[in-house]
Amino acid sequence: MRRTTIVDKTSTTKTGTKKISARISAMAVGAVGLVLVSTACAPPAPSTSSASGSAANGAATWSSAQAAGGMDALVAAAKQEGTLNVIALPPDWANYGQIISAFTAKYGVKIDSAQPDAASQDEINAANQQKGTDRAPDVFDLGQSVALANLDKFAPYQVSTWSTIPDDLKDANGTWVNDYGGYMSIGYNSAKVPAPTGVKDLLKPEYKGKVALNGDPTQAGAAFNGVVMTSLANGGSADDIQPGIDFFASLKKAGNFLPTDPTSATIESGQTPLVIDWDYLNAGESAKISTWKVVVPSDAVVGGYYYQAISKEAPHPAAARLWQEFLYSDEGQNLFLGGGARPARADAMAQAGTIDKAAYAKLPPVTGKPVILTADQTTRSAGVLSKEWARATS
Amino acid sequence: MRRTTAGGRVARSRLARLRPALGVLPFGVYLLIFLVVPTVTVVVGAFGEEGRPSLTNLAGLAEPSVLTALLNSVLVSATTAVIGAVVGALAAYAVVTGRPDGALRRLVTSVCGVLAQFGGVTLAFAFIATLGISGVVSTWLDAHLGTGLTSSIWLFGLKGLVLVYAYFQIPLMVIVFLPALDGIRVQWREAASSLGASTWQYWRHVALPLLTPAFLGSLLLLFANSFAAYATAAALVSQGSPILPLWIRNALTSEVVLGRQNFAYALALEMIVIVALVMAGYSLLVRRTARWVR
Repeated sequence: MRRTTIVDKTSTTKTGTKKISARISAMAVGAVGLVLVSTACAPPAPSTSSASGSAANGAATWSSAQAAGGMDALVAAAKQEGTLNVIALPPDWANYGQIISAFTAKYGVKIDSAQPDAASQDEINAANQQKGTDRAPDVFDLGQSVALANLDKFAPYQVSTWSTIPDDLKDANGTWVNDYGGYMSIGYNSAKVPAPTGVKDLLKPEYKGKVALNGDPTQAGAAFNGVVMTSLANGGSADDIQPGIDFFASLKKAGNFLPTDPTSATIESGQTPLVIDWDYLNAGESAKISTWKVVVPSDAVVGGYYYQAISKEAPHPAAARLWQEFLYSDEGQNLFLGGGARPARADAMAQAGTIDKAAYAKLPPVTGKPVILTADQTTRSAGVLSKEWARATS
Repeated sequence: MRRTTAGGRVARSRLARLRPALGVLPFGVYLLIFLVVPTVTVVVGAFGEEGRPSLTNLAGLAEPSVLTALLNSVLVSATTAVIGAVVGALAAYAVVTGRPDGALRRLVTSVCGVLAQFGGVTLAFAFIATLGISGVVSTWLDAHLGTGLTSSIWLFGLKGLVLVYAYFQIPLMVIVFLPALDGIRVQWREAASSLGASTWQYWRHVALPLLTPAFLGSLLLLFANSFAAYATAAALVSQGSPILPLWIRNALTSEVVLGRQNFAYALALEMIVIVALVMAGYSLLVRRTARWVR
């Protein structure tokens, strides 16, 4: 969801000096080639086998478990489909690794997890490119701006636990529902750097070449919110991201800003001893490294939730709906919590006593009222950022 | 019936004429699919927005941060091309002066063949593991010489790119420049000497003018090579998209600033234009070399 991993080789521009001697033959070759390509490009005959099953029971239009004829009928339909396609769910992100295996163990529906490290926009790109095939993603887990820009691609669905999800964490129709969220935090290795007491501490010489941000903020939602956090700490607001950009420019000038993309590997090897990231991602590192501490700066509390939605074009519509039921069940929500993320139904579950109390107590303490950017504020800040960021950091 | 026979004969003779072309058919198809179609897609995409013709994306190329990226790209490519060309040419000369079937030459050419293609994430990782923040070499240097490399971030910026690119540029230069050096015949030197030329005069008036077009051609090839390199930079630099290939990635995959796919096409078009200019220069120079070496 955050990292765009590049695995192709350096592209090398080859310069051929070979000349095709006769122009006529070259043209003939081109013409024949064109014919061949146009035949090759003809779309394959539409396969109806995968679509017919779902069309028959109308699963693509079910807007709740009742519409499916109850939970048992939904489970049966999902089992018949047999597979669920998910995309951009890193196993070490909000506990998705365990959530995926728990779902398969419980319902016997195989999960095909594509491009775990892809970004939110890649999820939508994949849905567009693979539309109509049985490899297209069934469900999305998206950052705010990508989710709100693609509402027409989602199928509305209300889970059984719908009434216990706070109103501001869901669309009234169930087009999208926030699944989990957290606060922007500073994670640091206490064996390598002193504990920061606030955002401004990061300018101190002790942090030279040590402050990393999870991604490029003009690309990754987590990094974007990291800049919002530093902005709040430096007199900015939800409407004004400039102080955050200026802060990173000063960090860069002081030689403190480390322009490398932190991953579990860089954190474990010590390359990135201090990382600005969502608290649940930093908390995931604490589970592996005992000296990895997480603070949510009290002067700059930025919150953010991810958006869960079902693809309108889902090749496995029943499995996609069952996945939602699982994610918003007590079990699914506690699994998110187990990964350090704050599940959407946390308050209701705490009241009902169904929350995993040990995991709930482990969340980093937060003081002050969290700032959550609206879609408009995000768009405007992103516009400023895309113009200023390159200059601030190079 | 007779008409058919005549027609058949004509078709057969046409086929005979086409036969040499059949050999390059796979290459033609390949070019079409992987060069012509993508190029046309890029050009069409750059001049449109949401299906309508538009110049917004091209106008976006004039934004200061994009211009800086263009300048950086050209600077990094030019610097690494010059470093690669000079160092590589000297290395190639050293190899040529040895025995043509000697162990040194065989070793250098095969090593260069491997290293010239060694790029991407693996290369970036190799440098991070040796010269990065917790790299083996930087840790050792810090401990013994107090260099401060473990808290320095130079590797992740343009300076780092120059160093890392040089790693595959120099071997590439050795490979492409060796044939040109081999083309310099011993007899020319003997002829020059017998006419009383000093070593300096031989180089100044015979060897260097002969080698110049090949050298410049290789220089341009190196430029295009590093201009288009992407994966190495992407693995090394993750902030601020300082060069054009990284800007394209940003425009395509950003989850913060949306709807800039067509701007990516405009950026790609800008790169195509620059590489095309470089290639035009390259082919002009190649034509000149061919005249000399014949």
